[in-house]
Amino acid sequence: MTEQPMVRFDNVSKRYGALTVLNGLNLEIARGEKVSVIGPSGSGKTTVLRMLMTLETINDGVIWVEGEPLTHMQQGGTLVPANLAHIRRIRAKIGMVFQSFNLFPHMTAMANCIEAPITVLGMKRADAEARAAELLDMVGLSQKKDHYPSQLSGGQQQRVAIARALAMRPKIMLFDEVTSALDPELVGEVLQVIRQIGREHDLTMLMVTHQMGFAKEFSDRVCFFYQGKICEQGPPGELFGAPKNERTRQFLHAVLEAG
Amino acid sequence: MGIRTLVAMLFVSLAVIAVLATQATYRLFLPGLLQGAVLTMEIAILGSLLAVIMGVLAALARMYGPAPLRWLATVYVEIFRGTSALVQLFWLFFVLPQFGVTLDAFLVAVLALGLNVGAYGSECVRGAIQSVARGQWEAGTALNMSRAQMLRRIILPQAFIAMIPPWGNLFIELLKSTALVSLITLSDLAFKAQQMNQNTFKTIPIFTLVLLMYLAMSLTVSIGMRLLEKRASLGLARGKAA
Amino acid sequence: MIWDWSFALEILPVLARAAVISIEATLLGFAIAASLGLVLAVIRIAVPWTGWTISVLVELIRSTPLLIQIFFLYFVFPKFGLVLDAFTAGVMAIGIHYAAYCSEVYRAGFDNIHRGQWEASIALNLSSWTTFRDIIIPQAIPPIVPALGNYLVALFKETPLLSAIAVLELMQTAKIIGSETFRYTEPITLVGLFFLAMSLVSAALIRALERLLNRRNTR
Repeated sequence: MTEQPMVRFDNVSKRYGALTVLNGLNLEIARGEKVSVIGPSGSGKTTVLRMLMTLETINDGVIWVEGEPLTHMQQGGTLVPANLAHIRRIRAKIGMVFQSFNLFPHMTAMANCIEAPITVLGMKRADAEARAAELLDMVGLSQKKDHYPSQLSGGQQQRVAIARALAMRPKIMLFDEVTSALDPELVGEVLQVIRQIGREHDLTMLMVTHQMGFAKEFSDRVCFFYQGKICEQGPPGELFGAPKNERTRQFLHAVLEAG
Repeated sequence: MGIRTLVAMLFVSLAVIAVLATQATYRLFLPGLLQGAVLTMEIAILGSLLAVIMGVLAALARMYGPAPLRWLATVYVEIFRGTSALVQLFWLFFVLPQFGVTLDAFLVAVLALGLNVGAYGSECVRGAIQSVARGQWEAGTALNMSRAQMLRRIILPQAFIAMIPPWGNLFIELLKSTALVSLITLSDLAFKAQQMNQNTFKTIPIFTLVLLMYLAMSLTVSIGMRLLEKRASLGLARGKAA
Repeated sequence: MIWDWSFALEILPVLARAAVISIEATLLGFAIAASLGLVLAVIRIAVPWTGWTISVLVELIRSTPLLIQIFFLYFVFPKFGLVLDAFTAGVMAIGIHYAAYCSEVYRAGFDNIHRGQWEASIALNLSSWTTFRDIIIPQAIPPIVPALGNYLVALFKETPLLSAIAVLELMQTAKIIGSETFRYTEPITLVGLFFLAMSLVSAALIRALERLLNRRNTR
C-alpha cells in the first residue's frame, strides 16, 4: 500500500454566484512535499489555500488531509458536511501565513506567538514562551520579541507571522503570496526564513508565489493555474525549462519580460 | 476639539463658579445645587454602567446569538431607540405600577436612561466590532482558535479602542438626559434649579450656575474618555512615529 | 383590565390633535436648527477668526441639557421684557440646541470638499459668495442629508421635553389624560407607539435616501 497523500483535493469546485473560481480541482500533495502554485491573478490559486485553511467553503468535492476528510465527516458510511468540532480537529494540522501578515496589532511579537498555543493547545505559559523564543530566534527576531507589530518593518512582521504559525506545530504550512506586500529589499529576508524551514523541518508546504526564481529553486513541484484549473504541473526544471502548454509559455514569458 | 482646549474650558468653568460663589446672590444657591449635582452624578454613573452592559450584550446577541436571542435584542434596540427617552421614563414611572410593578423613582431613572443609551450603544459596539479587519478573523482561524476565543482575545480588544469616542458622546448624552429625572420627582440638579427658580425668581444666577455645573461634568467626561483612548491605543500607535 | 381598548380609542382623537403640535414643533425647530447651523458653519469658513469662538459656543450648547436650556429661555426672556409663549420659547431652545449639532455636520460636509474646488474657483476669479452658492454648497450638502435626517428624527424625539413647560404636545396631553382618569397605561403607551412608528418609518426613508445618494455618487 502506498503512503497516504498529506493533502488531496478530490474534484473540488468553488463558485461565487455565477462566477466559477475553481472547477473540479484534483490535486495530491505528498508528505514533506513542497509545492508552488503560480498563475495569473484571478486564476483561483489563492482560493486553493483558503479552502484548505477553511477560510472558504467549497461547493463541490471533498478535501482530504492525511486520509481524513476536512470539509466533511463520515456518518453512517456517507460523507456529510463537517461540524465545527471536526473541522477544528483536522484544521489543527494546518498553519497559514498571509499576504497582509494579519498580526494581532494589540499584542507584542511574543504575545502573538504564544496566544494560540495557550488558548487553543492549552500549553503552559512558560512552555509556550520557551517555544516562541526559539522560533523568534530562528526567524532572527529574538531582540524584537517585545515590540508591537506597528514598530516592526514589513519583513520583520512577516517573519513574526511565520513564527506564530509554526508555534502551533502544523504539519502543513500554507504561504499565500507572503512577499507581495513587502518592499523589494525586504523580500530576501522572508524567503531566507522559508528556505530554512524547508531544510530544518519536515513540513509539507504549499505556497502561492510570484517569485519565480524562488519557486524554481525551492519547490519539488510547480503547478500553473489558469482559469480555475491546473493547466500544467511538474518539476520546476521542466515547467520553467520546457513548458508544454501554450498558456504556461505565455505566462512565463510575460512574467520574465516584466523582470 | 483638542484635549488642551477641553481642560482649559473645564478650568475656566470651575473658576467662574468659584468667582460667582463669592457673591451673595450666587452663594445662596450653591449648597442646594451641589446637593442636586450629587444625585445627578449618581444617576449618570449607574446609568452609564447599565448602558455599557446592555450595549455589549445586545450587540453580541444581535451578531452572534441564536435566532430568538437575536430577535429579542433587535426588539430591545428598536424600541429604546425609536421612542423618546422621556416617554420611556414616564412609562416606567406611571404605567409599570398599573401592571403591579412599582419601582423606586431612582431605580426608574437609572433603568430608563441606562436602557435608552444602551440601545444606542449596541450600535456603536456593533460598528466597532465590524471595523476590525477581516484578516484578524482569518488569522485566528488559521491558528485554529474558536470563535469565542477570537472574539474575546483578538477582536474585542481591538474594537474596544474604536468604541471609546462614540461611548464618550453617549455618556455625555446620558449625563444631559439625567435632567429628565426632575420630571419624575427626583431632586437632581435640574429639579433644584427649577424649584429655586419658582421660589425666588432669580433665574439668571440660578441657571448660570446650573449650566456651568453641567458643563463642568460634561467636560470631565470628555477629558476622561480622551485620556482613556490615549492609554488604550498606546500599544497600537507607538510604532506610528517610528 | 390592563389595557382598555375603548378607552384607547376614546383618547385617540385628542392625542392625534396633540401629535400635530409635536410635528409642528419638530418642523419649526428643525428649520431653525438647519438654517442657523448652516449660518454658523459658513461664518466659520468666511471669517476664520470666529472659528474658536464658534467651537466653544457649540461645545457649550452640546454639553448642557436641552431641558435646562428650555427652562432658561422660557424664564429668562421675560426678565428683559420679552414674554414668549411656551411653544415659541421651547421651539427656539430646541432649534438652537440642534443648530449646534447641525453646524458640525455642515462643517464635516465642507471639509470633505476637495481643496482643488476652492483653488479652481479662485483661479476662475469667482467671488467667495458665488463660490459658496454655486460650487461648494451644491457639492457639500447632498452627502450630509442623511446625517441631517438623523438629527431631524432625534429632534422629534426630544419634543416631549416641551411638556415640562406645559406645551400641549403629545406627552403633556397624555399626562393630563392620565392625571384626570388615573389611567396612564393607554395614553403613554400610545405616545410611545406613535414615536416608534414615526422613527421606524423615518429610519427607512433615510436609508432609502442614502442608497439614492450613493447611487448618484457612483454614477
